[in-house]
Amino acid sequence: MPDDRDLLDTQSSDGMLANRIPMTAATDEAILDMQSPAVDPDGEPLKRKPFGVLFWFAVGFISIVVLSAVLANLLPLQNPDFGNYSSLNQAPSGAHLLGTDDLGRDLLARLVFGARVSLIVGFVGVLIGLVFGGTAGLVSGYRGGRLDIALNAVSFIILAFPAIVAVIAIVTFWGASLVHITIILGVATIPLMYRVIRASSLSFAQRDFVIAAKTMGATNTRIVLREILPNVIPVMVTFSLITVAGLIVIEGTLAFLGLSVPLPTPSWGNMINEGTANNALSTDPWIMLWPALFMFLLLWSINLIGDRLRQRFDIREGVL
Amino acid sequence: MRGLQRGGKSLEFKDAGSQEGPLLVVEDLHTSFRTSRGTVRAVDGVSFEVHEGKTLGIVGESGSGKTVLSRSIMGLLPPRDVIRSGTVRFAGHELTAMDDTELRQVWGAELSMIFQDPMTALNPVKRIGVQIAESLKLHLGMDKQEATSTAIELLRSVGIPSPQERVRWYPFQLSGGMRQRVMIAIALACAPRLVMADEPTTGLDVTVQAQILDLLADLQQERHMAVILVTHDLGVVASRADDIIVMYAGRVVERAPTRTLFHDTKMPYTRALMDSIPRLADPSGARLDAIAGRPPDLINPPAGCRFAPRCPYAQDKCRESEPPLRTVGSPDHLFACWFPLVDGKSTVPAVPVSLSASQNGASGATTEGDA
Repeated sequence: MPDDRDLLDTQSSDGMLANRIPMTAATDEAILDMQSPAVDPDGEPLKRKPFGVLFWFAVGFISIVVLSAVLANLLPLQNPDFGNYSSLNQAPSGAHLLGTDDLGRDLLARLVFGARVSLIVGFVGVLIGLVFGGTAGLVSGYRGGRLDIALNAVSFIILAFPAIVAVIAIVTFWGASLVHITIILGVATIPLMYRVIRASSLSFAQRDFVIAAKTMGATNTRIVLREILPNVIPVMVTFSLITVAGLIVIEGTLAFLGLSVPLPTPSWGNMINEGTANNALSTDPWIMLWPALFMFLLLWSINLIGDRLRQRFDIREGVL
Repeated sequence: MRGLQRGGKSLEFKDAGSQEGPLLVVEDLHTSFRTSRGTVRAVDGVSFEVHEGKTLGIVGESGSGKTVLSRSIMGLLPPRDVIRSGTVRFAGHELTAMDDTELRQVWGAELSMIFQDPMTALNPVKRIGVQIAESLKLHLGMDKQEATSTAIELLRSVGIPSPQERVRWYPFQLSGGMRQRVMIAIALACAPRLVMADEPTTGLDVTVQAQILDLLADLQQERHMAVILVTHDLGVVASRADDIIVMYAGRVVERAPTRTLFHDTKMPYTRALMDSIPRLADPSGARLDAIAGRPPDLINPPAGCRFAPRCPYAQDKCRESEPPLRTVGSPDHLFACWFPLVDGKSTVPAVPVSLSASQNGASGATTEGDA
């Protein structure tokens, strides 16, 4: 039978091996440096992996599109709605840099003004989704309980409703305008945002650091905004960018079907539509080429930026 | 402004608290969880006291209810399907009667908690300085600058080298031991009177464990705080606690001042816990004495003494009626056993516990729970 009396003494005097090793701040620092590979011995963070040429090309392309769409009225562009009947279906030339369409309108001007529709629908629609769906998702994931069940059910109901039918019905009923299309598509993204952000919020709601914040006296609002939201932002940004791209495609589809902004207001979608009319695709392919190419490049850029940002936000997994 | 108000309120609380008697009184605390299988009585009638500046060790194996006990005291239980009854009086205030708004003024300012796993208890996307400063601003009404410089001082006091730089670091840049130091700094930021440390060193390796516990003991001395140290390791509390509570299946089975507990163990379970600690003096190759079987099902605990199915000294009486917490001789040494050990030896002959027998007991209870 071992004697317990020595247990107490052992523990208190010299039992634990660690007590014999003089642990100083210097040793600690050595351990610290060994265990944090993101930090070099001088305490300077190491250079992160660069974003690469493609990323900056994408950023540049989006900047040009956004800037020219915003400043369209100030740019030396021709009237996008003015049809010059003496120059129909022109190939790109000095007078019309990208050529003209079958009504003699300048394609460059239409492309720039058409970008406004795509960008407004994409970004404002996602903003609507983020504000409502994001807020609901954060609260729902953190609070749980009946509120969560109720919001969940609502999101499933909206998701289960075929969006294209809703859009056709609403556009027919209210009329197609940029505001209506943006609101409709924004509302359609709410349940998507809600589900993604709720899932992310849920995964943080029971983490120790949230409970720790609670034990330090933080209110629920504070916990959601200061503890959970910063952790959810990477998912939010990435998913939002992908959704922007998605909405631009949907707007293009609606415009192609004649359900988006009414003509003659240009949008990339209705430009593509016009480019396929009257066999134009075989005779004057650039009418369709420009909006299709720009839409492709814009979506590619947005998705690439979203993806690279996601990789950058994953830095914690990368270094540990 | 909000911070100042809160600061004012919590100071008010500090003054209003009765300065006499123990700092924390827990009386007949019960916590149960409603599950689909039945009610799990995780904490079943626990009473104890903690005095200002003292350390209480709560020891028990996994599933003994020690973590639920510490969360019940804090009031950190999930909002649904939990039944809590009993009294938790902190500095003269009844914590069980407080709502969340009132509790928030106590949490962090008067009563704070150190978590088991420093890897998950810090917010990964916030600088450690910000995380320390938050409660300073909230409870003490400090402005940003003041809070940051206090955070640097706190980091220095928990032994983090070059705190001016590290205050701007993120948790992932720190090792486990360093993170636990940061956790301690956060918990102690507003100079609480009681700190609950729930297995504060379990996630760390042995060399760092000792450093962290020593640090905690030093700071406790300096700041005259009371500490509740929850652990499964008797070795951890042996030299650091003034009093020890041994828990088994949601109940206190032995409670005594540390020295008494080790020198005059009454309860065979405590004894078994001690025997399962590896000892330097043991010859190499010596086998550890493990406790056979598993803790009982808390939905349907065995009649009589809950440790009886695993106890080598169990008699018929143990299996029939539950022993109350009682004393023999010294009034502050309580134990729940019909046949307490005398000088570390049992007065009744040992019967080897067969593992299958205790497992049968457990599965029998499960079946009844299902029905």
